[in-house]
Amino acid sequence: MLKPREIAVVGAAETTSLGKIPGMSNIQLHADCALNAIRDAGLKVSDIDGIACAGESPTNVAHYLGIVPKYVDGTGVGGCSFMIHVRHAAAAISAGLCKTVLITHGESGNSRIGLNRPAPNPQALAGQFEAPYGPFGPPTMFTIPVLRYLKTYGLTEEHLAMVAVIQREWSSQNTRAAMRDLTTVEGVLGSRMIAYPFRLLMCCLVTDGGGALILTSADRAKDFPNKPVYILGTGESVETPMISQMRDFTSSAAFKVAGPTAMNAAGIKHSDVDHLMIYDAFAHLPLYGLEDLGFCKPGEAAHFIWERNTAPGGKLPLNTNGGGLSYTHTGMYGMFALQESVRQMRGTADAQIKGAKVSVCHGVGGMFAASGTIVFGNE
Amino acid sequence: MSDAPKRPRPQPTPETKFFWEGCARGELLLQKDNATGKCYFPPRPFVPGTGSTDISVVKASGRGRLYSYVINHRPPPGFTAPYAIAVVELDEGVRMMTNIVDCPQTPEALVLDMPVEVTFEKIDDEISLPLFRPAKG
Repeated sequence: MLKPREIAVVGAAETTSLGKIPGMSNIQLHADCALNAIRDAGLKVSDIDGIACAGESPTNVAHYLGIVPKYVDGTGVGGCSFMIHVRHAAAAISAGLCKTVLITHGESGNSRIGLNRPAPNPQALAGQFEAPYGPFGPPTMFTIPVLRYLKTYGLTEEHLAMVAVIQREWSSQNTRAAMRDLTTVEGVLGSRMIAYPFRLLMCCLVTDGGGALILTSADRAKDFPNKPVYILGTGESVETPMISQMRDFTSSAAFKVAGPTAMNAAGIKHSDVDHLMIYDAFAHLPLYGLEDLGFCKPGEAAHFIWERNTAPGGKLPLNTNGGGLSYTHTGMYGMFALQESVRQMRGTADAQIKGAKVSVCHGVGGMFAASGTIVFGNE
Repeated sequence: MSDAPKRPRPQPTPETKFFWEGCARGELLLQKDNATGKCYFPPRPFVPGTGSTDISVVKASGRGRLYSYVINHRPPPGFTAPYAIAVVELDEGVRMMTNIVDCPQTPEALVLDMPVEVTFEKIDDEISLPLFRPAKG
């Protein structure tokens, strides 16, 4: 069993720019952030002996960087793949399979240069039992459970809007965030209808960018130039490739495995958490995350956010980069949530939480299809 | 034949063929775990979670309730916006994605938990899609 503080993040970086990057293809975005992270860690490319990535195969990334690794992980379950890569890499390093793992994400989500997107398969279960009814991308699928959630707990569209409003308060403090202007509940509800009840400002951005992490054993970590960020606990799960077959429309079964597994492994209580990231492809994700990870009781997360507990100055700072709604969202946002957790633990975030010692980073993949959670610490 | 774009057409597999053959006859077929009497969906020749092959195929009542939905305003080829992408819960307990027809595609008309019943839209000789409409009576 992997112990808390056995493995550390010693390198972390995003792509040189974020947003619109028409001068880089998908694979080059992986390389750009990889080289930035290798420089951040004070390493050479040849020091990397493990490769993990999603969106490109590890073969593509290893070849492009010129590495023949001892460890590869191509787990590709959507935007939380990188949390799961962290988990697997920590286990692999602990087991002695390799020493230094590079995890990369790059996605030309906006410019769509060299993007690997598989065609829908009409023989897959989703192709037979969902595609004929006209779902058209995540805004029309990830959102389907939400009216049931709102009705179950007596909530309204205003509650969804407030999630986006408060994340703008955070993004306004982040120099690299795409959307930094403050907004209001009325402003969110007045933005263009995408898929009722979801308006434009309740939906994530579509950007180009990437990020990379480098993990090694904690006993080596003190020799690196940056403050080590320790892996305290990890969790992962999957539920269903079909949003219509989610077991409970008010809760994610995968969240309920990944989150508690990570927090139990870390040996922490909810009150120990100083900083929280919950992958927010859409405004309802933080509600499900807060409840399924046990920070709020079922049906109470919207009130918790409305009462400013997750806002700047609140007791549980959430999505302090502005999230997928306002910071950046390439398509697989999980890497950017991890980057913000690492910055917060290093003490280098734009919206730095003073004295933060424990950060929980929770990801979703597909449309409630998968989940990965990492608990980070800096002591 | 019109060249206008059409909605994506499902392609049956060996495990789902019975379901689509049922739809073509105007029957909504489900599989049932004989041990518990519970139905499951989508089709597979064993009970999810137990692996039991002690199952039977049953004809569903075709009745259920509107469980959740979104109203899409950005249509893909083959669809005209706004239209609801819905999930219904059948009386037999399973849920499936569908469209709601014979009903305005508005939040006011699409009321959660309203009773719905199945109707089949013929795509071609092999495929008829199960759609749902507000239940009559």
